[in-house]
Amino acid sequence: MTPSLYLWLLPLFPLAGFAINGILGRRLPKAAVSAVALLFPAAAFVQVLWIVARAHQGLALPYLERFATPWIAVTGFHANFSFLLDQLTLVMLLVVTGVGLVIHLYSVGYMAAEDGYWRFFSYMNLFLFFMLTLVLAANFLLMFVGWEGVGLVSYLLIGFYYTKDSAANAGKKAFIVNRIGDFGFLLAMFLLIAHFGTLSFREVFANISAHPDLQGGFLTAIALLLLLGATGKSAQIPLYVWLPDAMEGPTPVSALIHAATMVTAGVYMLARAHVLFGRSPLALAIVAIIGAATAFFAATIGVLQTDIKRVLAYSTISQLGYMFLACGVAAYSMGIFHLVTHAFFKALLFLAAGSVIHALGGEQDMRKMGGLRKKLPVTFWTMTAAVFAISGLFPFAGFFSKDAILAATFETPGEKILWAVGLVTAGLTSFYMFRLWYMTFFGSPRYDESSAGHGEHGPHGVHESPWAMLLPLVILGILSLAGGWIGWPAALGGHDWIAHFLDPVFTSASNAQLVVPSAADFRLERILAGVSMLVALFGWWLADLMYRRKPQLADSAEQKTRPLYTPIWNKYWVDEMYGAVIVRPILALSRNLLGRGVETGIIDGANTAMTATASGASSGIRRMQSGNIRSYAGWLAAGAAAVLIVALYLSHSF
Amino acid sequence: MNASILTWLTFLPAAGAVVVLLLPRRGRAPQVFSLLLTLFLFVMALHLPAHFNYQQQQGFQFEMNIPWISNPAIQYHVGVDGLSMWLVVLVSFLAPLGVLISWRVIQDRTCEFYALLLLQQTAMYGVFIALDLILYYAFWELSIVPLALLIGMYGRKNGRGAAIKFFLYAFIPSALLLVGMLWLYGQTGTFDLVQLQQQMFGWNGAHATGLWLTSLAFLLAFAVKVPVFPLHGWLRDGIGEAPTAVAMILAGKLGLYSLLRWHVGLFPTQAAHVAPLMVALGAIGILYGALMALVQTDLKRLAAYATLSAVSFIVLGIYAFTAASMDGAAYQILNESVSASAFFMLLGILYERYGTYDMGRLGGIATKLPGLATLFVITALSLIGLPSLNVFVGEFLILSGSFLAHPRAAAAATLGVILSASYMLWMVQRVFYGKPSTGVAALSPADVNWRERAAVWPTIALMIAMGVASVFWMHAIDLTVPALAPAKIPVAAYATVASPPAAPQAATRGMAQ
Repeated sequence: MTPSLYLWLLPLFPLAGFAINGILGRRLPKAAVSAVALLFPAAAFVQVLWIVARAHQGLALPYLERFATPWIAVTGFHANFSFLLDQLTLVMLLVVTGVGLVIHLYSVGYMAAEDGYWRFFSYMNLFLFFMLTLVLAANFLLMFVGWEGVGLVSYLLIGFYYTKDSAANAGKKAFIVNRIGDFGFLLAMFLLIAHFGTLSFREVFANISAHPDLQGGFLTAIALLLLLGATGKSAQIPLYVWLPDAMEGPTPVSALIHAATMVTAGVYMLARAHVLFGRSPLALAIVAIIGAATAFFAATIGVLQTDIKRVLAYSTISQLGYMFLACGVAAYSMGIFHLVTHAFFKALLFLAAGSVIHALGGEQDMRKMGGLRKKLPVTFWTMTAAVFAISGLFPFAGFFSKDAILAATFETPGEKILWAVGLVTAGLTSFYMFRLWYMTFFGSPRYDESSAGHGEHGPHGVHESPWAMLLPLVILGILSLAGGWIGWPAALGGHDWIAHFLDPVFTSASNAQLVVPSAADFRLERILAGVSMLVALFGWWLADLMYRRKPQLADSAEQKTRPLYTPIWNKYWVDEMYGAVIVRPILALSRNLLGRGVETGIIDGANTAMTATASGASSGIRRMQSGNIRSYAGWLAAGAAAVLIVALYLSHSF
Repeated sequence: MNASILTWLTFLPAAGAVVVLLLPRRGRAPQVFSLLLTLFLFVMALHLPAHFNYQQQQGFQFEMNIPWISNPAIQYHVGVDGLSMWLVVLVSFLAPLGVLISWRVIQDRTCEFYALLLLQQTAMYGVFIALDLILYYAFWELSIVPLALLIGMYGRKNGRGAAIKFFLYAFIPSALLLVGMLWLYGQTGTFDLVQLQQQMFGWNGAHATGLWLTSLAFLLAFAVKVPVFPLHGWLRDGIGEAPTAVAMILAGKLGLYSLLRWHVGLFPTQAAHVAPLMVALGAIGILYGALMALVQTDLKRLAAYATLSAVSFIVLGIYAFTAASMDGAAYQILNESVSASAFFMLLGILYERYGTYDMGRLGGIATKLPGLATLFVITALSLIGLPSLNVFVGEFLILSGSFLAHPRAAAAATLGVILSASYMLWMVQRVFYGKPSTGVAALSPADVNWRERAAVWPTIALMIAMGVASVFWMHAIDLTVPALAPAKIPVAAYATVASPPAAPQAATRGMAQ
């Protein structure tokens, strides 16, 4: 008899918050809205802590909870409301509720002056509901509820300022691009049903494990279709295009949904389905290649962006690429480790950027910032922690997780090229993050103090943000500094705690190869760590040179590398290409071939012919016809009676 | 009560129609009377699920079978099973909403309007409960006339043209249907569904061509009414012209139900033969409707093509002949009706305020009417199959079930989920987001009022309930519908590679995690 953890309650807390604020919020005072919006996620967070305590006391994992009434049940197929808790879920729960709560708190300050305050918080709570459903689900179908649900909230929050066309467009784009991924997810589920008759994680994975002969084949098809879904949600090539536009949403949304939690759902899904991917080397290789390619590709774009949030958006895509790379080389624990540290430092980067934007009255262009170090000390110092972390400088959090991924890639036979790509990307990352750091906080102020004061965000000049915003910055700053300790590798004298913690999830089913690392392995790891550290320092040095010591260097570099610069500046024209190759042809096809051709030509043509025949026939018997519909009805009845009589007469002669 | 309830339900609206015609034209008398009557009928219809025997797998319930005409042998035979019971409840649920939403829009000839609406309700009940072919045919024909009159008399611009088109489309195949019915009687000597099914089961193979042609006549008559691509020529103008309450009941359920009961149920062998064609037409219809919806600028036309796409899903599910796809299809008839009705009502509410369905002249309404925008977005999400709302459950079962038998068609149909999101969200954006257009800015209508809320909120509540608690409805459906599939078609055409299918499937119901 397993003790009940009331997992079902966990998503219901934020759902209640959503319902209260969504229905009554318009009439409630702001303080009440904030209280509701904070209390329910806080309750969820407390429950997660309680679950952690239970797990610490030796609760048996994995733990399952299922509603007695199924969600869908028909002959041959059923799906339950069932929740699964294992070490992986636990990590995700901590991130989602912990970082989620902190960002909710920040939002109370950030959104204070906005219209639709209640609407914002009801959406945020709804997001937590769907995200918790996603990570707690014990079958693919329930996971899909959370999966599409978070996409819905993302749509609503990107389009929060819906009177702006760019925001409305971005929201719509995010949803539709994600739907392309979901098309893959759906087909994967259909294949799973066809071959296993169930969508339950436990049954599917147990079935695969029980059949060692199953390799590749339809499992590859399922894995690749799931991967399509993951590339949509986690903004990887080829479906990454929605994420940069998603920056139209309020900054806390970017932090919570488009950096820390929702976009990592793809990584979570890959990790969850590792048994399946383990049977398809081809699918895994594609995951790794997509990851490395996206990491590099997005980083190059990030180098030239001038909008502070867009830099962070491309850096998110790039960092998610690292997590994909980790999954692709079957280093799932490292992928999840990076997911965790990334949630800390990327959420912090966005929130700190939000603090800067807030201070400058809504300005997001880094060319109009500069010299904010003194005016925004807390923001500066916390953001510094985050920049150091993402750049991979020892001993900040990102150093450990990124280095773990690179080391794992290096140690995977045949993946040295991917390791090199990852390493170069690390250098690029360090460069563009320090570029952001210098352009924002150093040099002379390039903003207009007077206009900054009159923006929508604040009434007086450039000023540090209120405590509700600073406290989250400090909390996340500490985590960005210290968060890496959970994965401090044995090679550097640590304990690899997170890898050991997640071991039961990732080694239980698949081919368990717990190799005890040798001293030589440690030496190699130390060397690799040293190399990535050097690369990160080089990126910093270059950024320092180009954006602090010799700013004219940036311009001359731009001049000299025009052929390289132009495509990057235009983001490789990917959006334009998708528009020209997919969107416009579909619209043209529908309008011309289907609309003018089939519909007008054939369908309506048949209409006209039929109507003409009918009216021709009726004009021949004009005396019976009065031209209105009622007489048609009369004739119908009379005709029916006549046919009836004749046919009955005939039937007797058979 | 159990034996006569269906009869009461069916003929009370017709009697009410007579009463409405006698009511004074002044004031709201026709509305109030119709509302009270339809609400009463709804409460009465709830008797059915409350007293339905969920253990009984075969045969009909609430049955009444009395001789009507001895020669030819025509019975007054009515009854419902798990499929038709929910359809009867659905008709009863939608009727009061139709009255509420027409409350102010229909200004002229109100008595006739509500009388026709009630008459239509009788016809729909009749279609769903009739178990004798002649009885069924009488109601089927009856359902055409009030609809055509309603479109013709209360149309938006060119009601008469649309009505004639609808009428011809419905009338010509109906005549063929009648001929087929009579041929069948000539062969079997009965019009009774149950007896016909038994005779079909032991059909000796004689008159194979005649039987084929008869089954095709049935199929054609129903397919036009659904409509199945490419027989949808009446739909665009029909929905475009129809007043809201009529648009809500114009397409879908009558034809789809008839396909299940009187085509698949009566001619299983022939249905199995045309199934690949119907599956293909279903998949084509899904994509065709969605692509056409993508390029419409008129909201009603967009709704018409979206309807084509939605009913095509159900056609696909029916003719894929797996348990899941057929259950999903039957469930989706309910879902589609609920969500599309909500959509039509909201379009009507919008039209009452701005006097246009042209998206080019609308825009930015969300700032002015946030309540309407919220309802609209929820309905759009239901229609595009957001999981946790109703349509998703049906779509998922249809697609996953069809995938077992026709993987390529099902995969193509699944592309519909991308397209539906595209046209719906684009529509929402063009109508509600952005800055108010000049036409919108010039007017300041009130947001959704209580009468309109009373009409729309129940549909929203059902969208959520049917999305999370589908078993409540599915239980009865699953009893009946999979049994309609032709026996030769396997439940899972795919060999289940990894697991012995018997073990997990036997355990599925209550066990497993």
